[in-house]
Amino acid sequence: MNHYTVDDAGIAILGGLRWEEFAREAGAAIDDPRVRGAIVVASAGLATPLEPCDARDLGSLLRRIETSGKPFVAAIAGTVAGGGYEICLAGHYRIAADHPTTQIGLSDVKAGLMPGLGGTQRLPRLIGIGRALPLLLEGGKLGPRETKEAGLVDALAMGCDLLASARAWICAWILEQAGKTTAQPWDAKGFCIPGGTSAHLFFAASAMLRERTMGLYPAPVAILSSVYEGCQVDLDTGLKIEARYFIHVRGTPEARNQMRLARSRQELEGLAERPANVPAHEFSKIGVLGAGMMGSGIAYVCADAGLEVVLLDTTPENAERGRAAAMGIFDKRDQARLTQVQSRIHATDAYADLRGCDLVIEAVFEDRAIKAEVTRGTAAVTGDGIVFASNTSTLPITGLAEAWPRAENFIGMHFFSPVNKMPLIEIIRGKKTSDACLARAMDLAKKLRKTPIVVNDSRGFYTSRVFSTYVNEGLSMLLEGVAPALIENAGRLAGMPVGPLVLADEVSLDLMRHVREQARADLGADYRPNETDQALHLMIERCGRHGKKTRGGFYDYPEGARKRLWPELTTWFPVRANGPEVAELVVRFRYVQSLETVRCMEEGVVQDRRDADVGSVLGWGFCPALGGTIGHIETVGTDRFIAECERLEKAYGERFSTPGRLRAMAFAAR
Amino acid sequence: MTEAYIYDAVRTPRGKGKASGALYQCTPVALASTVLRAIQQRTRLDTGLVDDVVLGCVEATGEQGGDIARSAVLHAGYAETVAGVTVSRFCASGLEACNVAAGKVISGEADLAIAGGVESMSRVPMGSSGGALFADPSVAFPAHIVPQGISADLLATRRGYSRNHLDCYALQSQLRAANAWRCGHFRKSIVPVVDRNGETILDRDELVRPNTTMEDLSRLEPAFALMGEKSGYDSTAIQRYPEVEAIRHLHHAGNSSGIADGAAAVLIGNREAGEKLGLKPRARFRAFASIGSEPCIMLTGPAPATRKALKKAGMEAGDVGLFEMNEAFAAVVLCFMEEISVNHDRVNVNGGAIAMGHPLGATGAILLGTLLDEMERRDVETGLATLCVGGGMGTATLIERV
Repeated sequence: MNHYTVDDAGIAILGGLRWEEFAREAGAAIDDPRVRGAIVVASAGLATPLEPCDARDLGSLLRRIETSGKPFVAAIAGTVAGGGYEICLAGHYRIAADHPTTQIGLSDVKAGLMPGLGGTQRLPRLIGIGRALPLLLEGGKLGPRETKEAGLVDALAMGCDLLASARAWICAWILEQAGKTTAQPWDAKGFCIPGGTSAHLFFAASAMLRERTMGLYPAPVAILSSVYEGCQVDLDTGLKIEARYFIHVRGTPEARNQMRLARSRQELEGLAERPANVPAHEFSKIGVLGAGMMGSGIAYVCADAGLEVVLLDTTPENAERGRAAAMGIFDKRDQARLTQVQSRIHATDAYADLRGCDLVIEAVFEDRAIKAEVTRGTAAVTGDGIVFASNTSTLPITGLAEAWPRAENFIGMHFFSPVNKMPLIEIIRGKKTSDACLARAMDLAKKLRKTPIVVNDSRGFYTSRVFSTYVNEGLSMLLEGVAPALIENAGRLAGMPVGPLVLADEVSLDLMRHVREQARADLGADYRPNETDQALHLMIERCGRHGKKTRGGFYDYPEGARKRLWPELTTWFPVRANGPEVAELVVRFRYVQSLETVRCMEEGVVQDRRDADVGSVLGWGFCPALGGTIGHIETVGTDRFIAECERLEKAYGERFSTPGRLRAMAFAAR
Repeated sequence: MTEAYIYDAVRTPRGKGKASGALYQCTPVALASTVLRAIQQRTRLDTGLVDDVVLGCVEATGEQGGDIARSAVLHAGYAETVAGVTVSRFCASGLEACNVAAGKVISGEADLAIAGGVESMSRVPMGSSGGALFADPSVAFPAHIVPQGISADLLATRRGYSRNHLDCYALQSQLRAANAWRCGHFRKSIVPVVDRNGETILDRDELVRPNTTMEDLSRLEPAFALMGEKSGYDSTAIQRYPEVEAIRHLHHAGNSSGIADGAAAVLIGNREAGEKLGLKPRARFRAFASIGSEPCIMLTGPAPATRKALKKAGMEAGDVGLFEMNEAFAAVVLCFMEEISVNHDRVNVNGGAIAMGHPLGATGAILLGTLLDEMERRDVETGLATLCVGGGMGTATLIERV
């Protein structure tokens, strides 16, 4: 039974959302003598089948569509960025809705996969290799104007006219082409790829790919090879080549890791760990204390999500500055939106204005006294029945909660900078934080369209604690006499976004020192100095280097020129001859973070591996190809990981010791 | 064991490898034919005695495709019984051709062979024949392949050479080449390129700039900085050599080999073949070798290839009187001299490709001939020619005067 309708002109409309439906209908339409042409309605639902045999079947169908002799037109609306767009490429004409929600591309690479339904073969043949490669390799999506300019679609139409335009094109085609059959340009004799197949293009593409991916992602390399090898032959042969690469990529650990991460992230965003039996909360007004960089960023995301915001600071000027900063993040070209959000942020220095807030977020200085003061000041106005959240990145929540009359309503909500871009919120339960309070914080995270992870209170929580082991390892290496350039490059080759030394400069050596001092004060006799303390002492006390903002730290930051390692660094941290191989440094960087994560889980700071993995990737850029800090252990294999830890512990010390939990996991797996 | 001897060596002058060059009007086969005919004329050779002609040619496509060696043999009017084969080992092709020919003689396959090379970079530009090495991502990506200029800058960065150091070397090449021409050091082997009417098209190396100064060189912009930065090549190289913080771009047109057109030929045979022709052997092939080296930095092949050849001969670098080390880029030669511990006073004493140009497939044979001429002029017993090669290789040939 076919669900498509055929109108008087013989045009069928195929709107199957799932590929099996689509396959059935399209196949029938090709054979149906009533059907003279078809419109494929492409929208977000069409996804690429992952099973190779299913992909092969669908691939063959697409080939049948384009060689059927009947015109197929794709009518595109919404986000169509994977197999759905590949189906459109097999059509003979593409029309997209001229609306900002139209987003078109081939985003498989972002998931660690590659197009498997002809995208790497048809797109270059359609728009040329040079224009197709960035889209295929980066997986970006384009809006309506851009897709038309780039040639991904042939025409735009107003949303309501989409189907009518498609019909009109087919009717015109039927009239003018009576007797002729459709042929894709690439099936015509003497077809040449627009712009040709330049060897130099591929040469540069390989290098630029390595620059961008550090050689850690197999999917884009496979895409590049698929285009290179496939575009030198006919389409059918090219499709065979693509199919082989597709199967290869699907089987890589990187693809598995990235897909697992995407799934985990979706589950966390869907609040999989939200306490049950707590009714959902509708927010309307949020209080933000502190109009600095974090405060203004938080104000922005709240206003952007449709919430009223009260932005409070010590003076009206400070508050106003924060408000202006938040407003400045909005796109100035979107006047309609600007007017809409204009009135949402209320800048003030009066606590009284916090009355009526559903939830208040504190984002003032990392100082207990200041935080306690503003916390108490808020409670006096709002009462302790609302949730009070601290954006602290280092001060344990349980202690801060003492300033809030009802500790069960106090929680940590650690945002990341820049707040408008970073999706993660690290939600931290204090010792007394209730389920209801947690649920409410998670509800806010969802309202703000952020990705929440939930951790239990401890020093450094999860993200700051594990991330600091990366920097500490880099400083260890420096103290051991490893060349600074090697350390930095090793950090990036380990999959971290930047090297540990430049990171330290950006955080500022003074701030790092401050955090360590605070910990020393809090822990007293239990405080254990580490390599960070040693290196900071040398840099700050002996060299007078404080970080990026003041004269430089590990790097110099010359005006108008690229940063470079401080030339005198190796005088203070002499480089040992016969240094280590970069591979060893990479292992150290990755293992130290995974091990600290396992300890966090052992101590109950993190309870679900999804929080650990997603938190590591979104929080501090741990390499997604490894699947996160726990994913990394699985990728290596627990037994091999433990064996490596034993070697690393002997070579470098206790921080590489194997946690009991890991041994237990390995034992259980046998 | 049969020995392979060099009986004669000739080369055309080198023309600028662009449309404004003097040899742009000559087909590559005509250039190759020129040197083959010169060999025949100088030695009064009965070409029927030549078993094989081995020519190096890198961009063996289009006009240089279809086994140009055999085409040249026919064009030069050699006996139809003379075979021809074209070889490519990129920049070392000409020397590789000589080694292959020597091997044929030593093995007994051939009694008499001609080796050499030809390249018209003006008519068949570099890159014309493509190649998986840089175009195919499955080769280029894992091997961190970058353009040779980037490799040269990487080499200079790692060895700590300054721009000044490289330019000084380049200036020396120009001065030595100019001096060599002025004093007629190349007189014995240069064969002018003439047209069919006997008119001279080119009779001297066109690229030499005798009036070059350090100031001139210092004004040239680094040639590879932009591509290094914008096309990911610097990052690709650093990822392979992560002790490097940033690549210093120091090479430019003035301290890198010139793009050129040219051809060369070397007559190689066993003792009996020479006697039959009434020719005196000038040198014998003492040892030769080729090796592979790291492909990203690409240009470090000459030292290991040289060591391999010397080891086969049971010799040390100190025993070698004269070296010709192709001046692909100034840093390459500086690195070689440091690695092998030889001074500039024994290396490229008559200048090199920086001044006179590097017609890719021919240079190896040009160097061998140049080396031999100078060995005879100075009465030096042993000499070694070597070149760096794309993809990371090195070829070296050790010859001994007879």
